Amino acid sequence: MTANLIENTSPADGRERIGVYVCHCGTNIAGVVDVVQVADWAAKQLKHRGVVIAREYKFMCSSLGQELIEKDIKELGLNRVIVAACSPHLHEKTFRTACANAGLNPFLCEMVSIREQVSWVHTDKAAATAKAKAMISGGVERVRHQVPLEPMTVPIDPTTLVVGGGIAGIQSALEIADAGFHVYLVEREPSIGGHMAQFDKTFPTLDCSACILTPKMFSVGSHPNITLLTWSEVEKVEGYVGNFTVTIRKKARKIDEELCTGCGICQEKCPKKVIDNVYEAGLGYRKAVYTPFPQAIPNRPVVDVDNCTYYEKGTCKACEIFCPTKAIVFDQQDKILNVKVGNIILATGYELFDARRMPNYGYGRLPNVFTSLEIERLTNAAGPTNGNIVLRDGKTTPKAVGIIHCVGSRDKNFNNYCSVICCMQSLKFAHIIHERTGATIYNFYIDIRAAFKDYDEFYQRVLEEGTLFVRGKVAEVSDVPRTESEKGKLIIQVEDTLVGKQRRIPVDMVVLSAGLEPRKDTREVAKTFGISCSVNGWFIEKHPKLDPIATMTEGIFIAGCAQGPKDIPASVAQGAAAAARVLSRIEQKQMALEPVRASVIEEKCSGCRICNGLCPFNAITFHEDRMVTEINPALCQGCGTCVAACPAGAITGTGFSNDQIMAQIEGLLMLNVDQEPVAA
Amino acid sequence: MSDYILYPGCSMETGARAYYDSLKAISKPIGLNLKEIDDWNCCGATEYFGISKTPAYALIARNLALASEQSNGTRSVVAPCSACYLNLAKADYYMREQPKFGRSINEALAAGKLSYTPGSLEIHHLLDVIIYDIGLDVVEKNVVRPLKGLRVVPYLGCMVPRPDYDHRWSDHEFPVELDMLLKTLGAEVVDYPLKTECCGGHMTQISPPTAFEMIRRLIALADEREADVMTTVCPMCQLNIDGYQGEMNHFFGTNYHMPILFFTQLMGLAFGIEPKELGFGLELVSARNVLDAIGVQAPPETPPAPPKRPRKQEGLPMPSPLIKPQVEALKKVVTK
Repeated sequence: MTANLIENTSPADGRERIGVYVCHCGTNIAGVVDVVQVADWAAKQLKHRGVVIAREYKFMCSSLGQELIEKDIKELGLNRVIVAACSPHLHEKTFRTACANAGLNPFLCEMVSIREQVSWVHTDKAAATAKAKAMISGGVERVRHQVPLEPMTVPIDPTTLVVGGGIAGIQSALEIADAGFHVYLVEREPSIGGHMAQFDKTFPTLDCSACILTPKMFSVGSHPNITLLTWSEVEKVEGYVGNFTVTIRKKARKIDEELCTGCGICQEKCPKKVIDNVYEAGLGYRKAVYTPFPQAIPNRPVVDVDNCTYYEKGTCKACEIFCPTKAIVFDQQDKILNVKVGNIILATGYELFDARRMPNYGYGRLPNVFTSLEIERLTNAAGPTNGNIVLRDGKTTPKAVGIIHCVGSRDKNFNNYCSVICCMQSLKFAHIIHERTGATIYNFYIDIRAAFKDYDEFYQRVLEEGTLFVRGKVAEVSDVPRTESEKGKLIIQVEDTLVGKQRRIPVDMVVLSAGLEPRKDTREVAKTFGISCSVNGWFIEKHPKLDPIATMTEGIFIAGCAQGPKDIPASVAQGAAAAARVLSRIEQKQMALEPVRASVIEEKCSGCRICNGLCPFNAITFHEDRMVTEINPALCQGCGTCVAACPAGAITGTGFSNDQIMAQIEGLLMLNVDQEPVAA
Repeated sequence: MSDYILYPGCSMETGARAYYDSLKAISKPIGLNLKEIDDWNCCGATEYFGISKTPAYALIARNLALASEQSNGTRSVVAPCSACYLNLAKADYYMREQPKFGRSINEALAAGKLSYTPGSLEIHHLLDVIIYDIGLDVVEKNVVRPLKGLRVVPYLGCMVPRPDYDHRWSDHEFPVELDMLLKTLGAEVVDYPLKTECCGGHMTQISPPTAFEMIRRLIALADEREADVMTTVCPMCQLNIDGYQGEMNHFFGTNYHMPILFFTQLMGLAFGIEPKELGFGLELVSARNVLDAIGVQAPPETPPAPPKRPRKQEGLPMPSPLIKPQVEALKKVVTK
């Protein structure tokens, strides 16, 4: 970029040489807007506003279209470019790069969206053409006030934080660590493994879940590049992409992790049995000092302070007495760690829908109604019944089992979305329960969703095994018999929609394939990390199709079920994809940030703090001493919320200054052009 | 004192006199001030809406129009009868949600120089008012004779918690309001999963075997779970279970004796009010056992009416698993 050009491009000095490029976008725009007329009009009517050339072209984004712009910049000495085409979300980068290639500061190129905002939303051709002209006029006025901007670069700290030690987080951590960079893996529970560690088999291959998961868990535990922080939670995140400072609370295990050898004697000797609501889903017991399961990583127990007899009564200390290495530390305190990381991957997973919310299905009221997670434990050879599938009495094998799909999913009263995994999981249960007990299995489904590789084949296999499928949403599970044959059974009342008939099917055991829900504290977590949640409470990705890993906050990535319900292969793929994105950032060592930023003019700031709570990216800090607000340019994403909110007009945004906005409005109203009647 | 506009409905003055009497008796101690709508008319029950929509809704909306005219600053209409409550709520909801329909109803009302602004009144069921406006603490303060040891079935019937336009109830399938109230009265609440099942409604007129089966299910479960008495919030449910219990017994050859009382009668009992004031003795299936259980002197018994001859089976038969021939067949199978 030449010094000469910078001088030439001070705001609206009358020396603007603007090129206007109107795109046909095939028939996307040209089908509704008379693009030829628009270009002619711009060349003639906007000449006195600095327009030197106006062209229309079939596809401006094609390489030929871009060359057209580049050529004009060089030959006609353009110092501003307007591309009237699609939304800037799509091709702003394309045209900015084209301008930069021709030696023009890329921020002197402005896009006018005449596709999303004009041709796609209007059918009246004359009115649409008039609107396109008005919008181009606005764009021209705005770009006259644009100044050349230089992107900020920030260094990227090569260390990464992964939050959540389920399969997605494990995958992310391993990919990055294997590439030679350091990872902090933070997990809330005493062991990594997540939900996958609770499962017995995985669909559709019926691999043993633990067999495929534990090698990965072991790699995490022994990896020199991974600092594993289990029984820990992230409390605070400060800073910005490349430079986050994260405060982690390492909850007191009451165990000296260095001294402990993981021998397990403390668990053996602990006299206090506690119902395990997390790992065993409430079906089994653990001790007050425990590792959730034998393959836990790290293999270090945790003392459950809420249930330990010592903390209740002040005596016992059985674990301390028997510990061969004297590793029990009853007065251990929580530790606060501050770590510096460049990027963060959130893989915080999901929670099971609370089936008690549907009292008509009887969970919590009728003993032999089980949730899917309970069945996972019941079928698991390492579970509370050693894999024996029995009723809640602990001994009776069911002769007939009903599996109800879509519990809490695809239901207007609870969650509208499909939880993705429940169909396949129900088919898996049907197979396992039938195989082990020989019971008659009924599946009550709305639709069977067996998409993806080998899934439908598994469905067909389960069909061939003789599992009965009833299409219809179950009305209720009842213990009130109407006939002798229903006595002592659970009766599933359902409309069989394929036959158009009500059915009452007596079974011994009911399995509720409960849906997936965001974790209860998702919104607080989102706030801590400065990202947002969808209406349903899942983390929002940057783009639902083209960027499902990144978030609107630079440097924060999401993976696994925290982004939305998904199965194991998809979670692994997302975990790996997030790692790849982070690795490419690390390799670049620094990152250019979009220079569109808000800044505070301190003299005008009254210290009213209205803007303080509005920033979705936590970029605003208030200086109590000077009573002024400051915006951290690296955190600011240029959304403009604070600019609009400031009552004193003290906040201005590069790329959207008050001058620019006012000029654009004037342009839109065609105040600078000969008025043309606009079709009503 | 909480002021409410009362829409009693036809049955309160006839079949459900006990409900009305007991409501009057308990309203004072709990501070419920009820002002009856002057010149109210029938709510249209369940049939009229199936025949002709606009006149049916105009009929019920007339009561809303009168209520808002006579409201005197009160916004809440209370209906003790489930069908009345549902119809009032339904009329208000449809007029609110479908402005065009609302206008056509108001056109009809204009013939009688009336009009109703949808949404201007709040429509509550009596139980809702007692639980959420008056409060269980007020009820508890009035309990002088707890219904200790009395096993009571909380039976709501189908019309109160569904469709619940204004989200007043804890759940549509398993609402717990009546359970909470009975617990406050000191009663032992029976776990009764059929609490929102249909009582048969007007099926007693159209297809008695269908209605009998529906009534049988309700009574059979109450009996199986060793209830002393059922309690309800709905005159229709009370009528079917009380009035048709004898015929149902005759039809199935069973011998159930399951009294059913209005919840206000039980409240009155717990408040120490005399059974006579609460309409005891009007029920066909005697509830003397209830009074005995809590040690209250029963009013003198009226001689029982001679049993009616059961109606002949007619109308649409519903494929019910337990109509008579099948019962017989079943018995044979069981005895074999």
